[in-house]
Amino acid sequence: MSKNINIILATDCGSTTTKAILIELIDNEYRLTFRGEAPTTVEQPFEDVTRGVLNAIIEIEELSGRKILDNENIINKTSAKEGVDVYISTSSAGGGLQMMVSGVVKSMTGESAQRAALGAGAIVMDILASNDKRMYHEKVKRIRELRPDMVLLSGGIDGGTVSHVVELAEIIKTANPKPRLGIDYRLPIIYAGNKEAQENINDTLKDIVDLIIVPNIRPTLEKENLKPSRDKIHDLFMEHVMAQAPGYNKLTKWTDYPIMPTPGAVGEIIKKIAKIEKISVVGVDIGGATTDVFSVFNDEFNRTVSANLGMSYSICNVLSDAGVDNVSRWIPFKIDSINLTNRIANKMIRPTTIPQTLEDLKIEQALAREALRLSFIQHKEFAVSLKGVQQERTISDTFEQKMSGQTIVNMKNLDLIVGSGGVLSHAPRRAQAMRMLIDSFLPEGITQIAVDSIFMMPQLGILSTFHEQAALEVFHKDCLIKLGTCISSLDKYKKDRKLFSYKIIINKKIIEGEIKSGELKLIKAPLDKYQITITPEKNIDIGYGKNEIFTGKIFGGEVGIVFDGRGRSITFSEDYEERMNQISNWSINSNEYPKEI
Amino acid sequence: MSKSYTPGLKILRNTKISKERLLPLRGDVHVSKDLIVNSDTIVASTEIPGNVQMINIANKLNIDAEQILDCVVVKVGDSIIKDQLIAESKGLFGMFKSEVRSPIDGKIINASKITGQIVIAEKPLPINVDAYIPGIIKDIFPKEGVIIDSIGTFVQGIIGIGGEKKGTLEILTDSPSSMINMEMINNDYKDKIIVCGSSINYDFYEKAKKIGVKGIVCGGINYNSVSKILGYSLGVAITGTEKTTTLILTEGFGEINMAQRTFDILLQNNGKKVSINGATQIRAGVLRPEIFIESKKIYENDNFKEDDLIISEGSTIRIIREPYFGQIGQIISLPYELVKMKSETMVRVAEIKFENGNIEIIPRANLEVILSN
Repeated sequence: MSKNINIILATDCGSTTTKAILIELIDNEYRLTFRGEAPTTVEQPFEDVTRGVLNAIIEIEELSGRKILDNENIINKTSAKEGVDVYISTSSAGGGLQMMVSGVVKSMTGESAQRAALGAGAIVMDILASNDKRMYHEKVKRIRELRPDMVLLSGGIDGGTVSHVVELAEIIKTANPKPRLGIDYRLPIIYAGNKEAQENINDTLKDIVDLIIVPNIRPTLEKENLKPSRDKIHDLFMEHVMAQAPGYNKLTKWTDYPIMPTPGAVGEIIKKIAKIEKISVVGVDIGGATTDVFSVFNDEFNRTVSANLGMSYSICNVLSDAGVDNVSRWIPFKIDSINLTNRIANKMIRPTTIPQTLEDLKIEQALAREALRLSFIQHKEFAVSLKGVQQERTISDTFEQKMSGQTIVNMKNLDLIVGSGGVLSHAPRRAQAMRMLIDSFLPEGITQIAVDSIFMMPQLGILSTFHEQAALEVFHKDCLIKLGTCISSLDKYKKDRKLFSYKIIINKKIIEGEIKSGELKLIKAPLDKYQITITPEKNIDIGYGKNEIFTGKIFGGEVGIVFDGRGRSITFSEDYEERMNQISNWSINSNEYPKEI
Repeated sequence: MSKSYTPGLKILRNTKISKERLLPLRGDVHVSKDLIVNSDTIVASTEIPGNVQMINIANKLNIDAEQILDCVVVKVGDSIIKDQLIAESKGLFGMFKSEVRSPIDGKIINASKITGQIVIAEKPLPINVDAYIPGIIKDIFPKEGVIIDSIGTFVQGIIGIGGEKKGTLEILTDSPSSMINMEMINNDYKDKIIVCGSSINYDFYEKAKKIGVKGIVCGGINYNSVSKILGYSLGVAITGTEKTTTLILTEGFGEINMAQRTFDILLQNNGKKVSINGATQIRAGVLRPEIFIESKKIYENDNFKEDDLIISEGSTIRIIREPYFGQIGQIISLPYELVKMKSETMVRVAEIKFENGNIEIIPRANLEVILSN
């Protein structure tokens, strides 16, 4: 199938911007050739997502000289100067896919259901559980208020409780929820619980909802079976949700493959990187309304979506959740809090505007650090081992009490952080993206940092589902911009204490130095592998245990190698002038901003 | 040439407005097509399900869940009153029976032999939808609602709080830049929709609310003041359900003057009956707050067109971001090449000539078309 595909057009309809890319087979290699973007048009007066898609494609036509559209139709026969072989699209416009999930025990089947929904690219509005301490009528009221796009009903291992699962179904029946979009359409409910309750669930719900039964999401305590539920969510997303959104019926007819939810597509490409490179990865996609965090540790994939942490629509929520002080601490100039909050709030109400001044850029990047930091905290709390699993313990385990439900995000084992989303991908300087990722994720030890060059991971994610070769070639050559490596010591130490020394060979030149506590240093090192020796001071850990020396190879990149001695909870001076000096020094040392301000 | 669409707020005279007035659930429509209605006419109504109470019969009677249908003395669908017997156990030789009585007036909506529970719904709550604007019933959606057509002045704000209100428009200031003071408002403004030129503060809003002012339209207010009014920080711009005096900002947060055009059009309607709605949703299907004043003029087809959102040389625009926030100017060129801003961001730009004659380069994304007729 892939043999005849030479020209691929892919769009991603985000909540703010619609991005189009053109991929062409050049000298037997797939490469990104052109990109275009335009504001997303799901709102009045257009209320038709295809307007924004057409505008983004027109931009590609102008830049490439290739005729792609014929009177608002995509030309699907190719010649030297016309048409594309395949057109695909992802979407998170229209609020994305909003789901409610349920399980008997919130931390067990409830969380499994949440993982399935998040993995499929949904926003989970609430988790309904038998043990969530809410009264029956409160749950009913909540379902009525939320009006989800679909519900994933799980609960009970196979052979386990029936009555609790049926009670959840009865609550849904009592609420008789109406979907968010379309007054006439029946709410899809996926049942993925105890198989022995299937008949009762069917009897309870079949008359009022569109009930779909799939295999149990948690057939035993020790096993999660998320795939059937995820696949069904994808199908229903297309059949029900997208069909109700403005203009999507038209867009669905244009695309050669089913439209995927944007986060689901990003997850696909993150999983592929981890699998092919055999590494642990954390990926983040910071959008206008939400921030998605993806991780793969020991082949286990997790995704979280922080539904109200974003850079435009929900920027005030970042301000509110983080607090003005936490945002201000990153801003290297004096600004009173009224002015600051008004500026941020004006971005919320005019979400498509961009920072023209350097001051505005710094404010947005301060907020991005906080949005990323908060999203990552949520991710670490969610990405945990299965709860409720009985563990066999030996005598040695009593000294290392590993509980079920512990986070699997181990920063010392993290190999790569990939950032995506406008504020990272479009940062005027790559050093800014690297700093935002380091400051918010606080990598420990030696970690490579990269960004999605122009925010095309969603398009490559959907492409990878049917043409892995094209997706990976473009990913490595044009998408992933390797910024460099961050080397940081763990813990926090008294200011100016020597933490470690380094010796690195760059272009046959030996560069040596030392890093003190509170210091941030950048060494330029273009993309390549470099031999380095890092020698920690007494009791200092650089990711390999206290006093352990690291000798090996690390990656450079567009920014270089950042030595971070600020500790893994950065301390800001309480004195205003000192704090200004502190953040200005970090900024200057990392070549973050131009010098005039 | 590529089309460059920009967001735009409508400030329109004698324009045709179509308003959907829909029920949240199916119900009854009370008006017929072509009927002329005023803003208070109830056009449709329905009932939303009442709160529910769950009673675990199996537990209360100490029986297995599957036995409850033998003990329940009411049926699904039955209306019941408070203290009515709803279930009783068989007892021993007809003696020592246990019984369960209804804690509320309501209706039995479920009895489950799996969970052993009965669910009782309280009386449904009536919902009435009024016309909101005066006009003519253009179309009926059976059991769902109507579309009302009207001709008048339509002004959109950028963000608001509070829902639909109707009242008489009163302009308090003589210019869009005049600052309001506390002495300018008194009990005479009860039930009125007041227009303040520039920005207001928290104390002014609270005084107006106390007096019973139904709505306030102004240029701006500090974000912190809105948080204080609401009692929480406005994290995302989804509003309209707040039970308070409706507030509509025409420009944004901060101390900002109302745009001259907006002020002038409101001034021309001073003393007229208006319908306003602060509901805002800056997400999918964007909803902006609005002010509508019916006009008696014959409808002229001067409606907004899609092309009005395409900016080109000569278009009048407003800057919607620092450092020229709020200024109005005219596009003198739309360079094709990307231009580096002071922030070092490479963007598509427009060359703008301001009213004072200055010419500046502004990112196209920071322009807003003023849709006026």
